[in-house]
Amino acid sequence: MLKNRLFYFIPYGLWLILFVGAPIVLMFGESFLSMAHHFTFANYQNFLGSGIYLQMMFNSIWYAFLITVITLLISFPTALFLSNLKYKQFWLLLIILPTWINLLLKTYAFIGLLSKNGSVNHFIQLLGFAPQQLLFTDASFILVAAYIEIPFMILPIFNSINEIDNSLINASYDLGATRWQTFRRVILPLSADGIRAGIQAVFIPSLSLFMITRLIGGNRVITLGTAIEEHFLVTQNWGLGSTIGVVLIVAMVITMVLTRERKKRGRK
Amino acid sequence: MVEKQSRWANLYLIIIFIVLYLPIFYLIFYSFNAGEYMQNFSGFSLKHYGELFADNRMLQIVLNTFVVALLSSLLATIIGTFGALGIYGVKNPLMKNVLLSLNNILLVSPDVIIGASFLIFFTLLGLGLGFGSVLMSHIAFSIPIVVLMVLPKLNEMSTTLVDAAQDLGANSWQVLTRVILPYLAPGIYAGFFMAFTYSLDDFAVTFFVTGNGFSTLAVEIYSRARQGVSLEINALSALMFIISLLLVTGYFFINQYNLKRKKQYKKGRNG
Repeated sequence: MLKNRLFYFIPYGLWLILFVGAPIVLMFGESFLSMAHHFTFANYQNFLGSGIYLQMMFNSIWYAFLITVITLLISFPTALFLSNLKYKQFWLLLIILPTWINLLLKTYAFIGLLSKNGSVNHFIQLLGFAPQQLLFTDASFILVAAYIEIPFMILPIFNSINEIDNSLINASYDLGATRWQTFRRVILPLSADGIRAGIQAVFIPSLSLFMITRLIGGNRVITLGTAIEEHFLVTQNWGLGSTIGVVLIVAMVITMVLTRERKKRGRK
Repeated sequence: MVEKQSRWANLYLIIIFIVLYLPIFYLIFYSFNAGEYMQNFSGFSLKHYGELFADNRMLQIVLNTFVVALLSSLLATIIGTFGALGIYGVKNPLMKNVLLSLNNILLVSPDVIIGASFLIFFTLLGLGLGFGSVLMSHIAFSIPIVVLMVLPKLNEMSTTLVDAAQDLGANSWQVLTRVILPYLAPGIYAGFFMAFTYSLDDFAVTFFVTGNGFSTLAVEIYSRARQGVSLEINALSALMFIISLLLVTGYFFINQYNLKRKKQYKKGRNG
């Protein structure tokens, strides 16, 4: 039937070469070029030598870590409780719906909510406190990033919890396990793959978010993504930008290796 | 797993839903504000919708965004479906895995990396930045999701269907257009929808490859939001929310249709 397999592969193969292979190779190459387009290791020396970039990288990883942890803590109970609902697929759809709203619009909403005269500050004043500077703080950046990432964490965890065979949980109760023991020894291990997938889906984008750092973080928070954007589009130092890009790719690969699906031990 | 849900659990869920939707409804609510800011609601008014529909630049950008989304998702669907057919035909499991991993690279790569590396690529090719570069980028990052939507349908297609068609004298073109593609249709539609929403939603990649003359909605909102709040954007977001709702409903019905077909197919086999 698929004698003309080669024919099918022409457009797809072109795409693989031109838009998957070439750009990554080019970026890697560019990272060894100085601003005058000469071969150099200066970008890497610059990145690793000066404390500024290393500091920025650790900050970025730290923020991404915080965002991931907060998202996970909020999402896991949500996914667990959702899986107990009657029309769970419908409720899940409602969780996913906000991800279909443009990211920029959601971020923009927070500018209104968190601004000096915004609704959150009104609420704070109602409680009897003085209005706070909320926008352009580290906390606001983490809050908005977590808000945007929550559905991407809930979805994989929900799917893995939803696949758990009910009889396992019933068996656990029948054998005298408490609620907590059932959760700790049955549900949590069996949803581990979903948690890993969720961490992967949240941590990597959190390293590279740049519009939230600009609009909500007010340039106070610099992530790897912000630095890349800055070097490509503002200072035009593509070499250094690509170097940071390579670092980000390495960070991504490490994250993926750490969170990949574990081989199932025992029978399967 | 279904067990009795405590009242606290339901309360928690309600709070999560409120938090998820609050910013969106907040935006929409203030789009009807007679005042100029996202605070102190001073009265109901549609004037910001009026401003939106009188803003030719914004309307042009909305049009751009939809043209890019429609064209890119169409082309990505065609290329992606062919790609899925190609991958399906590969018999060597190692080769297949390599292809699938390559396919997924753009799905897991951070937007910034895709945007920056595409910018290098287009500049090296000497292509000007604008509609063309944005369209190509959107096609490029939408292809893998189409492949992922179509491939499972291919894998569950029984080979006897194709054998039967060939025995009955169909040539390979007829097999493709009369048997395989109709069977894959639900997966292809789902892929198209996903590609469409990916394109509508994208900001970072477009931001890198868009140049000066051409703009999409997300990029425009970004540059306006950096200058401060304008309730015209709120009006726009209310309209976008309705469009998203329509898209989700469409996607939901495609899924329902898929499930129904699957059930019918099983029924047909068993009885």
